[in-house]
Amino acid sequence: MNNRRADVRGHAEGDERFAAVDTHIRKTRHSQDQLIQTLHVAQDIFGHLSHDLMAHVATELRLPPSTVYSVATFYHLFRLDPPGEHQCTVCTGTACFVKGSESIVGKLSAEYGLAPGQTTDDGRLTLRTARCLGSCGLAPVTVLDGRIQAHQTPEGTLEQVGRMLDPHALLPEPADEIAPDDGRRAV
Amino acid sequence: MPDRRGVLELSLDGRRLNAREGQTVLQVAREHGVPIPTLCFLEGLSTWGSCRICMVEVGPQRVLRPACATPVVEDMEIRTESPRLRAHRRMILEMLFAEGNHVCAVCVANEHCELQSAAAQAGMDHVRLEYAAPQRTVDATHDRYVFDPNRCILCTRCVRVCDEVEGAHVWDIAGRGESAHLIADMNVSWGQAGSCTDCGKCVTVCPTGALFVRGTSTGEVRRAPDVVVRLTTARREHQWLPAGEGQ
Amino acid sequence: MAGPIDLNEAAERELQARSSRSCRIKVCCSTACLSAGSGATRKAVEDALRARGRDRDCTVVPTGCMGPCSLGPLVRVEPREGPSELYRSVGEADAERIVAAHLDDGPAAGDLALDERLPFFTSQRRVVLANAGRIDPDRIEDYIAEGGYRALEHVLHRMSPSEVIDVVKASGLRGRGGAGFPTGSKWALLAAADSPQKFVIANGDEGDPGAYMDRTVMEDDPHRVLEGLAIAAYATGARQGYIYVRAEYPRAVERLERAIRAARRYRLLGRGILGADFTFPVEIRIGAGAFVCGEETALIASVEGRRGNPSLRPPYPTERGLFGQPSMINNVETLANLPTVILEGPESFRSVGTQTSPGTKVFALAGDLRTTGLIEVPMGITLRRIVEEIGGGVPEGRSFKAAQTGGPSGGCIPARHLDTPVDYESLRSLGSIMGSGGLIVMDDTARMPQVARFFMEFCREESCGKCVPCRVGTVQLYGLLDRICQGRGRPEDLELLSELCTVVRDTSLCGLGQSSPNPVTSTLRYFPQEYLDLVRTREVDRA
Repeated sequence: MNNRRADVRGHAEGDERFAAVDTHIRKTRHSQDQLIQTLHVAQDIFGHLSHDLMAHVATELRLPPSTVYSVATFYHLFRLDPPGEHQCTVCTGTACFVKGSESIVGKLSAEYGLAPGQTTDDGRLTLRTARCLGSCGLAPVTVLDGRIQAHQTPEGTLEQVGRMLDPHALLPEPADEIAPDDGRRAV
Repeated sequence: MPDRRGVLELSLDGRRLNAREGQTVLQVAREHGVPIPTLCFLEGLSTWGSCRICMVEVGPQRVLRPACATPVVEDMEIRTESPRLRAHRRMILEMLFAEGNHVCAVCVANEHCELQSAAAQAGMDHVRLEYAAPQRTVDATHDRYVFDPNRCILCTRCVRVCDEVEGAHVWDIAGRGESAHLIADMNVSWGQAGSCTDCGKCVTVCPTGALFVRGTSTGEVRRAPDVVVRLTTARREHQWLPAGEGQ
Repeated sequence: MAGPIDLNEAAERELQARSSRSCRIKVCCSTACLSAGSGATRKAVEDALRARGRDRDCTVVPTGCMGPCSLGPLVRVEPREGPSELYRSVGEADAERIVAAHLDDGPAAGDLALDERLPFFTSQRRVVLANAGRIDPDRIEDYIAEGGYRALEHVLHRMSPSEVIDVVKASGLRGRGGAGFPTGSKWALLAAADSPQKFVIANGDEGDPGAYMDRTVMEDDPHRVLEGLAIAAYATGARQGYIYVRAEYPRAVERLERAIRAARRYRLLGRGILGADFTFPVEIRIGAGAFVCGEETALIASVEGRRGNPSLRPPYPTERGLFGQPSMINNVETLANLPTVILEGPESFRSVGTQTSPGTKVFALAGDLRTTGLIEVPMGITLRRIVEEIGGGVPEGRSFKAAQTGGPSGGCIPARHLDTPVDYESLRSLGSIMGSGGLIVMDDTARMPQVARFFMEFCREESCGKCVPCRVGTVQLYGLLDRICQGRGRPEDLELLSELCTVVRDTSLCGLGQSSPNPVTSTLRYFPQEYLDLVRTREVDRA
């Protein structure tokens, strides 16, 4: 087995962000039941969970690498790939479904050639669906770069996404609500 | 509570039997030669209870319970056979066949496969469900063994034996739901998995042809899952003195 | 730090501070109203007060949910004397008008006023949500002024743990998370467990799409949840608490964190609570997006940092739960009922609701109704009153078709059962469940096979993948429903559909798998014609 590499490695050289992850691990006394919380911290800092990052967490928490990977891929909110520059999340909770959110997803999917969860090849747009954003009174809702948009229509959302991607266009009236950054399954 | 502590009486398929407190329905049934099909269960490993083909009917309400994980209680009324149980077992087997790519005729485990024999016993001659026909790549990167995910039924015997007996925890399940799959280390190919000790315990406990020794041809697989019981019993009972002790 | 807090004195101080102001203006800052722009409204109100030099004399209070979410942003003006007034759809521009109406004797903003004599308000009974929309959830003083932590003080100084359990048993309170297990009995199980370490966990992993009751309770009245959890700990002998909150609820996490810090400062959590020999620290654990983690054993796994796979029972969590120790999980809405149960007594609690389902239930009312939002109603109220009186009925020209309760574990209830009382048993007899409290109304344009497919897609995505019937069964069920919905189904598919539903229900490992066929079986039961029409169309095409 001479072509094996060690899967468990220390810091990527000179990357200070690892120190911030380590601070959390130290604060929680390297306890293994902190794995999910540690992955949250790591993803907040790095934007996504790379193999290196997960391997680092595994080493620090003395967990088998397969366990860390297993946990990270169990939960929807952990991302193993970097997200796109802009995010569009369509709520597909029951209230939004009843009010037609499926056609919004369909329209966006067709226009950008994306299935929910995917990012465009140029890395500009990630399309996601969420299971209820808890704004059922405003159904159907979408979240564009963290801002909740109420009473959406397929055409309206498409236009707003277009403007979001076009840096010269003005964004629609900003709403106050900042949604959870991801929104996949956010309620 | 009976005053004969530790011994209790129950009814198994209409037979009155004695059993010991702490035993599971499956243990009692096997002791008395009553067959209950199992897939994920393997003696010597922790009980996972995921395959659901060992379901039996319990009590006058005929509640379904997994035999592998249900402790016996006084006066328990257990049925291991009924039209409903047969239909359910058959459907669960159909589900497993529909989920993966199980082609017995070309499989290394043909005639030595627990899934295959469970299906034969259940009289499952065809699958009414839609085949998922997933695209899965065979991992033949390990020097000695091969992993064919097409035949994996996610019973986690390999995961448990590697963790609980070998102590390496190479394997785990990644993803969830229909995309749940077996991984080695951080989802690397088996040959790249630094934590693997090449012991082969996972191969010997696999109920299907998913894990096998490199170079095995159709129908050639031979399993020895009993090794797990031997090892765990010896360890638990301290049958083998550690080297250097007791001199 | 000095001795324990004197709750009376703290409440008195807060009430005095309030009465020195001539007016309190409450702006709903719950998620729904914020989405509708209440942040800007709040700022506009503050600006209007400042412009008049009245910003010291009038307080702006950011509150939690006031109820009719579809009418947000909501603003309530409470003058020191005289009745308060509730306003709907208050935009930035309207704020000035409302402030002028109350402070300058300007023209009344009657067009925005919401009549609180409407059935939406009068048919409700707020226990769990008593403080929601009325207090600033970030101020522990507000909670104390409303009688907060008195129940905890009462049990610590005047009741033995077993007396507390007796009271909870006598109240008939049942778990609000879905299954409706008697809370007192659950507590007794944990109390009986012999172990030096026991845990109580608040389940805030509300996952039904279209439901946000628990989030509202955690965000709008976090101290009520903490107080309930502390009472549970005292009664059961647990000495450590956890609150498991979905990661999708960042505001709830923030509010709870702040609430825990404040409670610790006042020695209402932590060591020597309220001067008693009772120590109870509470930690928050954040989920990461998995519906299944609402299931008790999966939740425990997740608190331990593992995959949220449900595990086999027995052993039950009260025997061997978190970190292998006896543990108990209560839903946050259940916990929020406790201060009331203790302070008002079991008889008073039982006076609301039905014999078998006492008390109230919070519902997230959504879908094809005139007014939607968060409501709390006495158990036993009929679905008809909820739909027609509280929700104002189905809008123009359309008619009611079905009400869906219990989310992906529940079912659809047709018009002919609208007079069914809402309680655990009645809903179950209709093939649905109470669930955590999602209630979605569909008008006659809804297609029930599509609705069933929607929920099955959810269950397929949320299956943890551990047991075969749920992992494969939900995929197969979704595939069949999809085929049927697209008009490609065969008549024999309906038979297979039913058989799959039975197997998944009977053999799945956890409650979520077992209940996942409910949306299919209930729509098959009440709307069989729609399925038949879809598979027959194909027959016709073939001919």
